[in-house]
Amino acid sequence: MKLIALDSSGLTASCAILEDDILRAEYTVDFKKTHSQTLLPMLDALASMTELDLSTVDAIAVAAGPGSFTGLRIGSATVKGLGLALGKPVIEVPTLAGLAWNLWGAKGLIAPVMDARRSQVYSGLYRFENGSFVTVRDQAAVSVEDLADELNAMNPADGIIFLGDGVQVYRETLDRLVTVPHLYAPPHKARQRASSVGALARLFYEEGRVTDADAHAPVYLRKSQAEREREQQLLTGEQASDPFSRAASARRI
Amino acid sequence: MNGNTDILAIETSCDETAAAVVRNGRQVLSNVIYTQISMHTLYGGVVPELASRKHIEKINAVITGALEEAHTTLADIDAVAVTYGPGLVGALLVGTAEAKAIAWAAGKPLIGVNHIEGHISANYIEHPELKPPYLGLVVSGGHTHLIIVRDWAEFEILGRTVDDAAGEAFDKVARAIGLGYPGGPKIDAAAKEGNPLAVTFPRARVHGSKYDFSFSGIKSAVLNYINHAQMTGQAVNTADLAASFQKAVVDVLCEHTAEAAAEYGIRNIAMAGGVSANSALRAAMQRTCETNGLNFYVPSPVYCTDNAAMIGVAAWHEMQSGRVSGWDLNAVPGLRLGER
Repeated sequence: MKLIALDSSGLTASCAILEDDILRAEYTVDFKKTHSQTLLPMLDALASMTELDLSTVDAIAVAAGPGSFTGLRIGSATVKGLGLALGKPVIEVPTLAGLAWNLWGAKGLIAPVMDARRSQVYSGLYRFENGSFVTVRDQAAVSVEDLADELNAMNPADGIIFLGDGVQVYRETLDRLVTVPHLYAPPHKARQRASSVGALARLFYEEGRVTDADAHAPVYLRKSQAEREREQQLLTGEQASDPFSRAASARRI
Repeated sequence: MNGNTDILAIETSCDETAAAVVRNGRQVLSNVIYTQISMHTLYGGVVPELASRKHIEKINAVITGALEEAHTTLADIDAVAVTYGPGLVGALLVGTAEAKAIAWAAGKPLIGVNHIEGHISANYIEHPELKPPYLGLVVSGGHTHLIIVRDWAEFEILGRTVDDAAGEAFDKVARAIGLGYPGGPKIDAAAKEGNPLAVTFPRARVHGSKYDFSFSGIKSAVLNYINHAQMTGQAVNTADLAASFQKAVVDVLCEHTAEAAAEYGIRNIAMAGGVSANSALRAAMQRTCETNGLNFYVPSPVYCTDNAAMIGVAAWHEMQSGRVSGWDLNAVPGLRLGER
């Protein structure tokens, strides 16, 4: 069983090649360059270094959201292209579950948080119980305050471990609001890793949870601003007064 | 290999998800376009985030459709081409990431193509006799360029819009007079019932650069006309207004083109871009060229609006020049004509 795994959902770009129980190669970069420029050269480097025969790849795994809309689409378009060219399925791994797998086997409640802007985080809650992965609460966009309330109410006896790029933004807020004992993951576990996405994808593959490359699309957990505004307008019966207001942001090319 | 060069081309720069297979830079074996217009109509214009989301949903089906319609497979394709700019960055990124992955996994060269050069190249599909040098007029929703095509990939810009693109003016005026989106075809249709001489709108000239264009003045004049009519309780004849506005834009485009042809002594004129699908512009430019003894070239409407066949044609010329792209090819939303 051979897998290519990708994660470009956040600031980190990460690629991995997994073969059965072996992580053959992984390349992770957290730098300002856009994923569009880095992702495929990274995969190309891994493939040539490990002499990967693409015809032997069984499936392509991707962190399928939530995350940066653009980052998700770069990953999704890449795996859709790979799937189309190789005739292989896509394995969609929820981004936050993939992040939680960085801490495989850890005791305590695992709480990955990603900065979702607009005072929210993408958050999911997970546990490893006797070797099996349990989703305590599925991934969602929530306010940091609501997340803190939720965690305080759960009051897990074995504490909480936070990870993800949301920590960088909200660490002080979490320290202030979360009254349950909690820890923060160290740098080598704190951000997206394609190896974690691949390891979880392997379980999905064994369970038959694969998607045709054609049907794959990211899970955004959020509507676009235009959709939200339109729904609001339909609710209030309001019309945009300035006929040019919308045109400014959307030039036809 | 059959002695032919077959290019799979992908285009996602705005609101059409498109793929095509083009043989030897001239013969279109397939040309598949999924248009998102019905979705964007709800919002009165293209919503970039929604366009990007729709591209992701449709792109594989469109590419597979293009391969099937061309009765070929990826194995028999010689190169993968993709539009990498100019356009909406999120939309461009879907196409570039997809094309890169396909080319890499299939072991094919990747060719990044400039969308505007694609529009110009659309002329070669139905006019194989057209060769540089010639005068080119590119008119679309995002661009208005009067250029001399010196060589296949060498362009001299004589004039461009200093404010709105021609197509942008069509979209804005269509919205203002209640015709809605997309403005180009709506105004074209309404104008057929109207009198183009009903209202005289200004034919703006740009001081100091005689081939530049300005369309925001015409747009403002239309708005002022509507406001004035509303304040004085006069009824506005939408068809007359559409026809008069359209004539003002068309006149300027034709005049500039004829003047440039005369000054530079160029006999071949080629028009391209979404607005060149406009029936009044096609007819007027045809007349202008006949009057001035010029040869006029314009693609069929399906190759004027965004499509991937034109990208496949431009890519073939890139390939002939030995230019291929690396795996780090990025979307460049502000890519300029002739820029590499």
